[in-house]
Amino acid sequence: MTPVEISELLKSKFQSAILATVEFGGQVSVTINKAKLLDIMKFLKNSPELNFDYLVDLCGVDYLGRKNDRFEVVYNLRSMNHNHFIRVKAVVPENDSTISSVVDIWAGANWHERECFDMFGISFMGHPDLRRVLMPEDWEGYPLRKDYPLKSDLGEHEWKGYKEVVETAERNKQYEVR
Amino acid sequence: MDFSSAYQITGSGLADFVVRMILLLIKIAVVIVIAMLHVAYSTWFERKIIGHMQIRLGPMRVGPHGLLQPFADFIKLFFKEDIIPSAGDRLVFQAAPMIALFATVSALAVIPFFDDFVIANVNVGLLYLFAMSSLSAYGIILAGWSSNSKYAFLGGLRSSAQVISYEIALALSLVGIMMLSGSLNLVDIVEAQQKHWYGMFVVIQFPAYILFLICAFAETNRTPFDLPEAESELVAGYFVEYSGMRFALFFLGEYIAMIIMSCIAVTCFLGGWTLPPIVIQALPFLAFVPGIVWFLLKVYCHLFLYYWVRATVPRFRYDHLMSLGWKVLIPVSLANIVITAIVKYAF
Amino acid sequence: MLKKKELSINMGPQHPATHGVLRLVLDLDGETVVKCTPHVGYLHRGTEKLSENRTYPMALPLTDRLDYVSSMCNNIGYCVAVERLLGIEAPSRAKYIRTIMAELTRIANHIVWIATHALDIGAMTVFLYGMRDREWILDLYEMVCGARLTVTYPRIGGVRCDVDNEFIDSCYKFAEDFPKRILEYETLIDQNRIWLQRTVGIGVISAEDAINWGLTGPTLRGSGVAYDVRKAVPYDAYDQIDFDVPVGKNCDVYDRYRCRMDELRQSVRIIKQCLDKMPDGLVLSTDAPGYDILPGKPRVMPGHPMGEIMPGEEEDPKKEPFDELYSAIEVPKGELGFYFINDGTAKPYRMHIRAPSFVHASVLPKLSEGSLVADVIANIGTIDIVLGECDR
Repeated sequence: MTPVEISELLKSKFQSAILATVEFGGQVSVTINKAKLLDIMKFLKNSPELNFDYLVDLCGVDYLGRKNDRFEVVYNLRSMNHNHFIRVKAVVPENDSTISSVVDIWAGANWHERECFDMFGISFMGHPDLRRVLMPEDWEGYPLRKDYPLKSDLGEHEWKGYKEVVETAERNKQYEVR
Repeated sequence: MDFSSAYQITGSGLADFVVRMILLLIKIAVVIVIAMLHVAYSTWFERKIIGHMQIRLGPMRVGPHGLLQPFADFIKLFFKEDIIPSAGDRLVFQAAPMIALFATVSALAVIPFFDDFVIANVNVGLLYLFAMSSLSAYGIILAGWSSNSKYAFLGGLRSSAQVISYEIALALSLVGIMMLSGSLNLVDIVEAQQKHWYGMFVVIQFPAYILFLICAFAETNRTPFDLPEAESELVAGYFVEYSGMRFALFFLGEYIAMIIMSCIAVTCFLGGWTLPPIVIQALPFLAFVPGIVWFLLKVYCHLFLYYWVRATVPRFRYDHLMSLGWKVLIPVSLANIVITAIVKYAF
Repeated sequence: MLKKKELSINMGPQHPATHGVLRLVLDLDGETVVKCTPHVGYLHRGTEKLSENRTYPMALPLTDRLDYVSSMCNNIGYCVAVERLLGIEAPSRAKYIRTIMAELTRIANHIVWIATHALDIGAMTVFLYGMRDREWILDLYEMVCGARLTVTYPRIGGVRCDVDNEFIDSCYKFAEDFPKRILEYETLIDQNRIWLQRTVGIGVISAEDAINWGLTGPTLRGSGVAYDVRKAVPYDAYDQIDFDVPVGKNCDVYDRYRCRMDELRQSVRIIKQCLDKMPDGLVLSTDAPGYDILPGKPRVMPGHPMGEIMPGEEEDPKKEPFDELYSAIEVPKGELGFYFINDGTAKPYRMHIRAPSFVHASVLPKLSEGSLVADVIANIGTIDIVLGECDR
C-alpha cells in the first residue's frame, strides 16, 4: 500500500484521533492525539493488510514556541512483508508530559523510550524500567529540549560527578613526578 | 654420576656425608640455573614463534633479534611497585606465588636429564611428580581467594577445578607406561624403553601419549584450556591483582610447569636421553652425541607444540572443558589401561 | 541450611572484550547469568544537539565519529538523507564511487568484527591476519582522501573529489586478491570443533523476536529474515548492481558469522561491478551546498539558502508544518537511519540518528540471560556494537 492509502485507512478508522496528515518526499506523517495511541498502534501492528511489525525508530521533538503541544513523540514504522512505511506523531503537551508506552507491542521500543525520557523528560507509562540511558543516572535537566543550553559554564550547578573528578585530580597531583 | 661410592677415601662417615652434600648442592644449583634460563628463553621463544605464525616479527629491539628480551622483562618486573590489596589476606597473598612456584620447581628433582644425572633417583619418581603438580593447585586457589576480587576468585575456582579434573586423566594415561616398564622410577622407565627395537613407548602407547598431551595442556592452563586466565573474559583471572615480582613468580611457575610436563612426556614416551636402537644401528655416529642433546631437542619440540596450539586454536568454554575431562578423557584412559594389560598378559 | 547468594560481577567500562566503553552488570549463579544489565552512555557526545546548531555541511564531520570503524558509511547515510530532504541529486559517477566506498567499508568493518570476535573466543591469529588486510583498505582510503579513520569524503551532493587511476588499479587488485584472504580466515575457524562448540546454538533469537526488538543487518539476517535496506529502499547505485543478500537459518552466533563472511564475498562482487560500470562525469552536484575549497572561488555563494550563514543574513524559517524525512541506509552493522526536520533555515531543526548499535545493545539481556559467562562474550561479539554509534 502506498503511504497515502495507509493514512486514508487510518483516518477512516480513527477519525477523531487523527489531527493532521502531511506528505513529503514520498513519506506520510500522521499526527495523532495521544489518548488513542495504544489503539492505533495495536491496529497498525496487528491488522493483516498493514502489519507494521518493525518499529524502526522512536524519538521526541521539542517545538518550543507552541503553547499546548510542545512535544511530539515520533514513531517510524515499517512492515517487513509488505515493505511499506508510515510515520505516526503523537502530540504531548508540556504540562502533562506523559504518554503510554508501546513496549508491549514492540519490545524494541524499550531503549528508545528511555532515551526519549532522558533527553526530553517525557514519561512513558507502563515502561518496565524507565531511567536515563545516555546521561549519568543523577543528571538534572533534559538536554535535547530547546531551552537547554548547548554549552555553558554552570558554575555552582555543575554536575556532581564532574566536580568529584576535578577534586580527585587535584588531590592526586601530589603523586606526580616532577 | 653416582657419588655414593666415590668419596669414601676419608673413611669417616661425617666428612663423606659433607662432601656428598656439597656436591649435591652444586648439582641442584646447576639444574636450577639452567632450568631458569630455559624458562626465561622459553618466553622469548614463544613470542618469536607466535609472532612469526601471525605474520609479524616478535621482539626485535632488545639485543639482536630480541634475544635479551627476557632480561629486559625481568628488570622491568623487578622494579615495579609491589601492590597488595588492602582488604585481602596479606600473608596468604604473599605466600601463594611462592607455593605455586616451589611446587613446580621441586619436580625438577627427579627428572633424569641424561645418563646417570638425576638429583634424586627415587623409586617412586612418577608418583612424586604427580604429587608436586597437585600441590601447585594450592597456590592458585590461595591466590584467587586472597586477592579479594571477584574476578580473581572466579578465576581461581575455575582453574583449580580444571586442574583437579585433568590430573586424574593425566595419572591414568601414564599407568600404561608403568605397566610396560614395571617401575615408577624414571631412570628405569627410560632403560625399559631401550630394551625394544623401537626405543620409544609412544609407538605402542600412542593413544596414551595423545591423552597425556591434552592433559598437560589442561594442567598448565594453556590454550585451549586457558579459560581461567583468559584475557578477554576474566582479565587474567587468578593473578589479576599481582604486580611486579610476584606476577613474575606466577609466570615462571607456569612456564616451568610446561617444561616439566614436556620432560615427563619425553622421559616416559619418547625415550628420554636415548635414541631408539634401530636408529643407532642405522646411523652409528649418532651414538657419540651426548644424551642431553637429544633430551633437550625433544623438550624443545614439545614446547613448540604448546606455542603452535596457542596460536591456532580458540578457547574451550568452561562446561565443555569439564565434560571433556570427565566424560571423554577418563574413560579413554581407563580403556587404555585395560587394553595394555590384556596385551601385555597375552603376549 | 546453606543460603545461596548471587555473585554480581561488573564487566566494567574498561574491559578487553566489550569493544568500547560498555558496562555490563552480570548477576551470576555459579557460571550461569541470571540477570544482565547493560549501561551505556559513556561515549555520549551530544551529536544530535550539536547538529541543531550547525548547517548541514558543518554537521557532516560529526557523523564520521558515530561508528568510527566504518566512517564512510555514516557519511554516506547522512549525505543520502540530506540529499533526499533538500532535493539534491548526486551525479552518477559520485553514486558509483560512494557504492565502492560503502562496500570497502563493509569489508573493513567485517574484518574488525571477525578479528575481535575470534580474539575474544581465543583464536588470536585471525586478529593479526585481519589487521594486515585492513591496512590495505585503509591505504585505499588514504589514497582517495588523505585520512584513514574519519574520512568525511562523501559530501552532500556527491563526493569530495574524483578518484584517480591509481586508486582504480589498486581497487581492482584488492578485489582480485581479497577472496583468498577470506579463505584463510575460514580455514582457521570455520570447521574448528572448538569454534563450533562455542558458537552453534549460542545467542539464539527467533525471527519474530528479532523483528520485534528492531534488530537489523546481519544480526537479523542470521535469524532468517531477508531484510536489507539496499534491496528494500535502494539508494546510490545499488539498483543497477547484481548482488545477493546472505541469510542464515538457525538464528545462532554461527549463522551470523557465516552471514558476515558471505557478505564479504558479495561486497567484492559489488566492487568489481562498480569498477566496471563506473561512468564518467562530475563527482559533486552543482546544487551542492556551496563550500568548495578551490582557490579563487568564493567560499560561499551569497544568498544561497543552504550555505554558511553570513553575518547580517536573515534566516527565513518556514511556517509549520515543517518538512520531515526519515532516510536509512545499510551500514555494516544494520540499518542506520537519519530523521530530519527541516524548518527552512540552513540548520536542521532536529536531527535524530537511529543507530543500529543502540538497538542491538538493548537485546543483549535477552540473548544472555540463562547462558554461561563465556557466552556473554560470544553474544557481545555477534551483535557487533560500536559504542560510538550506540551513544552518539
